[in-house]
Parts: sequence; C-alpha cells; structure tokens
Amino acid sequence: MKVLQRASASRYGLATAYLLAAALLAAAPLFTSDFRLNLLAKFLAFAIAAVGLDLLWGYTGILSLGHGVFFGLGGYAMAMHLKLQASGGKLPDFMEWSGLSKLPWFWTLFQSFGMSVILGIAIPSLVALFLGYFTFRNRIRGVYFTILTQALVVISVTLITGQQAFTGGTNGITGYGELFGYSLAAPEMKIALYYVTAAVLVVVLLLSRFLVKSRFGKVLRAVRDGENRVRFLGYNPAKFQMAVFVLSAAFSGIAGMLFVLHVGIISPSMMGIVPSIEMVLWVAIGGRGTLIGAALGALLMNGAKSVFSETYPEIWLFFMGALFIVTTVFLPRGIVGLVADGWHRLRLLGRRRKGVPEHERSRYSAV
Amino acid sequence: MDVVWLQLFNGISVSSILLLIALGLAVTFGQMNVINMAHGELIMVGAYATYLTQRLFQMYLPASWFDQYFLLSILASFVAAFLIGLLLEKVLIRFLYGRPLDSLLATWGVGLVLQQLARTLFGAPNVGVKSPSWLEGGLTVTSGLSLPYKRLFILGLVAVCLLAMFLYIYRTAAGRRMRAVMQNRDMAACLGISTRRVDSMTFAIGSGLAGVAGCALTLIGPIGPTIGTYYIVDAFMVVVLGGVGKLVGTVFGALGIGLTNSLFEYWTDASLGKVLVFLCIVAFLQWKPKGFVAMRTRSLD
Repeated sequence: MKVLQRASASRYGLATAYLLAAALLAAAPLFTSDFRLNLLAKFLAFAIAAVGLDLLWGYTGILSLGHGVFFGLGGYAMAMHLKLQASGGKLPDFMEWSGLSKLPWFWTLFQSFGMSVILGIAIPSLVALFLGYFTFRNRIRGVYFTILTQALVVISVTLITGQQAFTGGTNGITGYGELFGYSLAAPEMKIALYYVTAAVLVVVLLLSRFLVKSRFGKVLRAVRDGENRVRFLGYNPAKFQMAVFVLSAAFSGIAGMLFVLHVGIISPSMMGIVPSIEMVLWVAIGGRGTLIGAALGALLMNGAKSVFSETYPEIWLFFMGALFIVTTVFLPRGIVGLVADGWHRLRLLGRRRKGVPEHERSRYSAV
Repeated sequence: MDVVWLQLFNGISVSSILLLIALGLAVTFGQMNVINMAHGELIMVGAYATYLTQRLFQMYLPASWFDQYFLLSILASFVAAFLIGLLLEKVLIRFLYGRPLDSLLATWGVGLVLQQLARTLFGAPNVGVKSPSWLEGGLTVTSGLSLPYKRLFILGLVAVCLLAMFLYIYRTAAGRRMRAVMQNRDMAACLGISTRRVDSMTFAIGSGLAGVAGCALTLIGPIGPTIGTYYIVDAFMVVVLGGVGKLVGTVFGALGIGLTNSLFEYWTDASLGKVLVFLCIVAFLQWKPKGFVAMRTRSLD
C-alpha cells in the first residue's frame, strides 16, 4: 500500500509540473516582448520536430540525420503558398529573374492554403516512406541507415540549390509577409501564431505519449532493444520502423511550416547537415526516450544559442562540440535522466532514514 | 571522344581520392564498429600539415629546395593525423565501443572542435598551397586530351597507399591480428591478441590515411577549415556501398560512386546527377543490402 501511495505522490508531482509548464506557456505572451515571443514561438516549432525525432531515435533506436530535410520540405510548402499570395497572381520574382515565363505545374498546387498544409505534411511523409521502404525492408539499419539519411540531406540541399528557377536557389524563398491578407508581422498575428504553435506542440506531445504508452509503443521499444527477437515473435519490425519514421517526418514537416510563419524565410542552409544534426543534439541533451526531454532540450539549446552565438560565435562552436562529446559519454540519458536520477537518490536517502529494507529500495525506479 | 575519356579520367581521379578517404573509415568501421565523423577533420589536419611544411620550407630553407617539400609533407601529414587519431582513440573512442550511433555523435563534436580550432589558428579564409613546379602541366595524350600531372600524381599516391595497406593487412603479423579482431573479437582476445592495442593502431592508421588524403587535396584547390565536410558524406557512402571487411569492397565502392557521379553530372547537371547517384545506391542496396562485399559471420546481430 505504501508503495502505491508513494508512486501516486510522485505522479501528482509530475502532473503539477506539467500543468505549471502549460500555464507558463499560455501566459508567456502576457509578460514577454514581441521579439522574445517570436523567438519562443520559433523554439516551440523546433520542439515539435525534436519530439518527432525522439519517437524515432529514443524509442525505436533509429538515428536519422536527415530530419532537416523533412523540416525544410514542410517549410518550403508553406513558403511557396505565402510567396504565391504575395505575388498576387503574377510570377514570383525569382522565377522572373531566372527567365521562367510560366508558373511550373507543381507550384499551382500551393495556391490554396489547405492544400499547402496537406502537402507540407504529405511530402515529407512520402519521402520518408520511400527511404524507409527501401531500407528497413532489407534490414538496412543502424549506422547504415544513418549514413543514408545524411546522404539524403546532401542531395536535397544540392537539388534545391541547383534548381534555382523552381526553388529560389541558395537564397531560398522569402519576401512575403501576409497570410489570408493579414500581416505576419502584426503583434496580434504573432500572438495568434504563438498560440497555434504551442497548441500543436501540446497535441504532438500528447499524441506521442499516447502512442508510446500503447501496444504500438511497446513494440517500438522492443524493436530498439532486440529487433530479431521481435521478428521471431511474429512481428514485422520493418512496418513499425517505417510507420514511426513517417510519423516523425510528418512532425518535422509541421514544425517547418510553423517555422516559416514565424521567421518569414526558408532556404537550403536551414535544412543542411548541420541543422539536421543539431536537432539530434537537442534530443540528446534533453534526454532521449522521454518526449518531454526532447522538447525541453530544443528550447534550452536554442535559447542558449540565441544568447551566446551572437556575442561569442567562436566559443559557441567549441561549446557545442564539447556538448556532443559530454552528453554521449557522460550523460546518455540527458537532462531528464540527470533530474530523475537526482530525484531517485533523494528519495532513497529519505527512505533509508525511515528504515525501508534494502530489498525494497531497488524496486523504486526513477520515472 | 576526347570529352568522354576526360570524364572517365576525372571520374577515376575523384574515385581515387574517395578511396583514400574511405580506406580508413572502412577499416575502423569494420573493426571497431565506430563511425568516425571527425574523419573529415583529420583530412583537414593533413592539409594544414602540408601547408605548414610548405611555410617552413619557404622561411628557413634555400629556394632551390622548395620543390622537394611535397614529398616530405606527405610524411608530415600522415604523422600529424596519425598522432591525433591515436590521441582521439585513447581519450574518447575507446569509451564508445559497442555504441556506434553514440560514437557518431561524439566524433561529430570532435570534428566541430577541430574545425573551430583550425579557424582560430589559421583564420577562416582558405589558404593556398603552392604545388611544386614538377607537378605543373599535363601529359598530352592526343591534341584534345591532356591529363594533368597533379591528378596523375594523386592516382599514383593512392595506388601506393592501397598497396601498402594491402601488404599491411594481408602480409604482416599486425595485419593478421587486425583481421582476426575484425572477424571475431572475443575469439581473438581468447587467443592472446591485445584487442585494445590492435584497435588503437587500426584507428591511428585510418586517421593517418585521412591525413595523406588531405595532403593530396592541397594539389586540387585551396584548403580551409571545412575542407573535410565536402568529402566525408561521399566517403561514408563508399563504405555503405562497398561493404566492410575487405579492401576490394572499398575499391569497388569508390570506383562506383566516383564514376557514376562524374558520368551523371556530365549527362545531366551537377544537382540532378547527385540525386541519380543516390537513387542508384539505394537500388543497389536492394540487391546487396550489406554492400558489395559482406563479411560472413554466424552472429545474428
């Protein structure tokens, strides 16, 4: 009975923490400046991508260095729609510079907002499905898969940079500022977009949590820990790997769309190798396999980056390199793991004083 | 016709550089299951070692000796990268055995630090390395086709490295130990092979080869802190395509990627060519998921 009470006590504590975080998120527009709010909204968009990556890496054990591509594809879908709106029926300016006289057929799909949102989710998902189908089915996994995702980044960036007439090349797509005729820079719009992003993040977190707690999530973890055993039990691991890869690509696509609404530009440099691996670092720092840790990691790392990288760009790169090393060697469970361990120790300490027998202590594991 | 020959030659030339880079990767990955993302930065170390050798020759030795600096710099870049690789293995990599994805992230961090270090020491802009005069010009085959001596020299250098690696792996006692550890680590350890020592030696030699590759790259263009990142992804693709465990796989992978790359880029354009090469690799992996040469083993995972 006592054990049950303790467990529920810690559960209440966690629930309070989550509620507090949600309240903080909801109240942020009240006490932050427009500039900071916009930054925070951008970080929340990153957090959405991080949660998707955590599903893939933390729970299924598949490391993708290609999520920048999915993020970018979502971003491009939204940017194409905004650009068409801004051009008002004429050809977008960069197409004119490159000598196009007619709108390419695939651009016409992005004239409606609803269609653009659908495509912003569907295109990354389809790319992920394509790569996933041709790799997981053949049991190409682990490091081999990771290298292939990195190659996907390289070719996507080269392709988008090279096809300047259709994609805007190195400059990316920019020069728009209105959604449905409302200015994206207006304070009310900023606040509305912030709430949309925060709401999407909460939905993504809840959905991921639901999946992780379900039977599906159990199989994912089983695939991570012993793929062949899962196969011998009669499951097809490839299907689960594909499903989670597609889902996580879709999350990244959504994040990319929101990112463009906040920032007003998307370019190949935002989907390259470095941004893609930075996403992995967010998850690693926060704590892989914890969902909330991934979101926290994204917020913390980006917050730190925006503070330090502008004032000390040199030190920032050293710092980031060191973080990669330190987290993988010393902190494989990230910040959340660190906090959980500390909490666990604290409780053990308290219990020892109260005289709980040794064999019972080991039964309490940190959440 | 000359154009096709030139493309073919360019393809082989690119392949040879990829091969030199991928050799070290294939060996460390095959042996220790470690993905060394800092390999590109070891290339950079080799390139800057060449640059420093050149500066020393310019500053302290008579001008007539200058042309000979390059031969010495090959050695210097190998030694510099070898030592850094050895240090890296002793300090970091050995804690990451059995965790390939973690080794990837940690070595990426090492790469970032090394890049920033180079930027602090040598400055962010690229520096030029003056090639020795005996490598200027080219070998004229027909009136329309001339093969640059630099590219030919790189081909020769890669051939020498490949031969040396072959002899080391297949004809020496150290190489035999290395193959034993690669095929069955536990058994090799039971038979009294110090797998720790073999690991550090292998890693250091792979790093040294990256250094030589960096030295070769100074002949092709200016060098900068990010020189390695340009080649590293392609080099990893060579390993994926060629498989690990045998030299011939790596050679095949490098030739496959180098040749198809230059052919597709000639037929279409640079950006579409890359996409086509990637699709070809994915298609090839449908046929041989473990790459061209797979090491046969009875272990399940």
